[in-house]
Amino acid sequence: MTDEAQDVIGDYRYGFHDPENSTIRFDKGLSEQVVRDISELKNEPQWMTDIRVKAYRHFVERVMPDWGNCSLLDQIDFESIIYFLRSSTKTEKSWDEVPDDIKNTFDRLGIPDAEQKWLGGVTAQYESEAVYHSIREDLEEQGVIFLDMDSGLKQYPELIKKYFGTVIPHSDNKFSALNTAVWSGGSFLYIPKGVSVEMPVQAYFRINAKNMGQFERTLIIADEGSSVHYVEGCTAPTYSTDSLHSAVVELIAMEGAKIRYSTVQNWSSNVYNLVTKRAVAHKNATIEWVDGNIGSKLTMKYPSVLLKGEGAHAEVISVAYAGEGQHQDTGAKVHHLASNTTSNILSKSISKKGGRSSYRGLLQVSPKSTGCRSKIVCDALIFDGSSRSDTYPTMEIGNSTADLEHEASVSKVSSDQLFYLMSRGFTEDAAMGLIVNGFFEPFTRELPMEYAVELNKLLELEMEGSIG
Amino acid sequence: MAEEILRIENLHVSVEGTLILKGVNLTIQRGEIHAIMGRNGAGKSTLANVVMGHPAYVITEGSIFYKGQPLEELAVFERARAGMFLSFQYPAVIPGVQVGTFLKKSVTSVRDVPPKGREFRKELTAAMEQLSMDKSFLSRYVNDGFSGGEKKRLEILQMLLLKPQLALLDETDSGLDIDALRIVAKGINEVAVDSACLIITHYQRLLDLVKPHFVHAMIDGAIVQTGGPELALELEDRGYEWLDVTA
Repeated sequence: MTDEAQDVIGDYRYGFHDPENSTIRFDKGLSEQVVRDISELKNEPQWMTDIRVKAYRHFVERVMPDWGNCSLLDQIDFESIIYFLRSSTKTEKSWDEVPDDIKNTFDRLGIPDAEQKWLGGVTAQYESEAVYHSIREDLEEQGVIFLDMDSGLKQYPELIKKYFGTVIPHSDNKFSALNTAVWSGGSFLYIPKGVSVEMPVQAYFRINAKNMGQFERTLIIADEGSSVHYVEGCTAPTYSTDSLHSAVVELIAMEGAKIRYSTVQNWSSNVYNLVTKRAVAHKNATIEWVDGNIGSKLTMKYPSVLLKGEGAHAEVISVAYAGEGQHQDTGAKVHHLASNTTSNILSKSISKKGGRSSYRGLLQVSPKSTGCRSKIVCDALIFDGSSRSDTYPTMEIGNSTADLEHEASVSKVSSDQLFYLMSRGFTEDAAMGLIVNGFFEPFTRELPMEYAVELNKLLELEMEGSIG
Repeated sequence: MAEEILRIENLHVSVEGTLILKGVNLTIQRGEIHAIMGRNGAGKSTLANVVMGHPAYVITEGSIFYKGQPLEELAVFERARAGMFLSFQYPAVIPGVQVGTFLKKSVTSVRDVPPKGREFRKELTAAMEQLSMDKSFLSRYVNDGFSGGEKKRLEILQMLLLKPQLALLDETDSGLDIDALRIVAKGINEVAVDSACLIITHYQRLLDLVKPHFVHAMIDGAIVQTGGPELALELEDRGYEWLDVTA
């Protein structure tokens, strides 16, 4: 590896890449023809092609957001991105069938190992499409559907037609329009009435090629009284040119259902991560977003919940780590659209070495929704004078019966904490690592243990050499 | 055979430009317990902190030697690894870090041969029983929401596990009721047998339970009187004015 490459990659341990052995690779750039080609290649029904084209036209007309990080957003060159890349001709059910180089990648990421130990199902996406997909037989027997989105559309077109884009319409924002136009891969998960899926199911998204755009589309429907925990992870090689990840995730929790959606996003620092995630919670349903943002160049992501039915509950726990050259613009949105709905939002961020983290939140209580309760806590930890943390909370409270709490704090690592830990044998880096792990603990403890351990290791690694 | 653990020579220390210690001399051998008494602001805590290496304290003159080695060569964590320990007057809170995790990591970084999981748990359980600490301590966050007495017990627990050769105890007796004081004193006595021990205190009551070999009276940044245990009783009785030449 050249010094220059080392400089770019730094300590990012998932920055390796494999040779590109694609079977179909579109030229860079986006046009209506590209959108139609993707749809045709996938043999999609006409209605899906129509949605894509409509969304593309909206994308072209829609201006860039004028908030977040405009200067970074304006640097995105949509013409230099590859919108579709197929690496494997089909989605395999056995790792042995997956092409060797791709399987190796997922081995290095520990996916097959985790699957054996603690997962109920796995989808592994490489570039534009899933290369591996599997679900435990017992779940399948109970009627659980867990497929990559392309297979989902083929096998359950009516179900997808009914729900696709109902939570996040293509016209929601510029990037949801882009995703709807060129989407490929992602997960389709349906849990039948009353079924509790005990083991988490996981999707892993890997970008390998340079200038790749990944636009997965995920739809999760938990029918009445069911529950599921869905986990997603993402990494990419480090390149000196940018990649774009722009996903759309729609969750629907029917009456009394519960969906927990956990993410640990660890994209390399050349990836734009512009994701729209939104959920609908019907009567007495619960939605939990557990959202960790460690990597990427710019992330703009605000997991949202529409509390539509009485007694519904939303939980959004997020952490953001902004190191050198990173901006994490994250937060949460909760709309209390029915009475006696409740929500908890906990956001924790760390800014280091000139990194920037922003909390952007919206809490809305509609005029007719009475007896709603919400608690929002935002904690920021800043390491040095060159780093930055901002909070942009918005509250639109339509009636006086709402019970709201909002706490925000900004702190620095104190020299007393460091001295105390160092007097117990910790190096300065190790002391920092421990303090950071402690700061993120309310988030980490919500993750499956294997993920929590991995995240703690990752953060300790990030702290190495952090002391100037 | 006496073995010198700590030697302080003509130590002058300032904090943010103010001179606090003005020529301290002190030598402690292995197996000795020394007590330093003095009023608030005399410089007692400064002495403990500067020996451990607190970055806010600047040595302007004089030297500190640990087992014959000049301490300025050692970073704080290296001092800990070399066998030095400070029981803090005000231990820092580390939110989100469980006591059990913290203890395991600390012991692992200080000892040359890190203990195996099962051995460590056994050792930990024994030490906690000795200090009458409930197991639930281990899952609490380090010093977070601890009472004064709980913080001091956690300090002594760490001392028992880290087995220091030099133990600096900064007002370990404050905030303890008499039962807790007895328990803590027992822990100190156990460690003190084979180490050098420096106890900083305002009060005689800990010294009833941990018998010092030497007692030093500190006034205005210097040791002005040294004696045996009887000096502690005299200071308790008469105060410090009779020693204060500036008064």
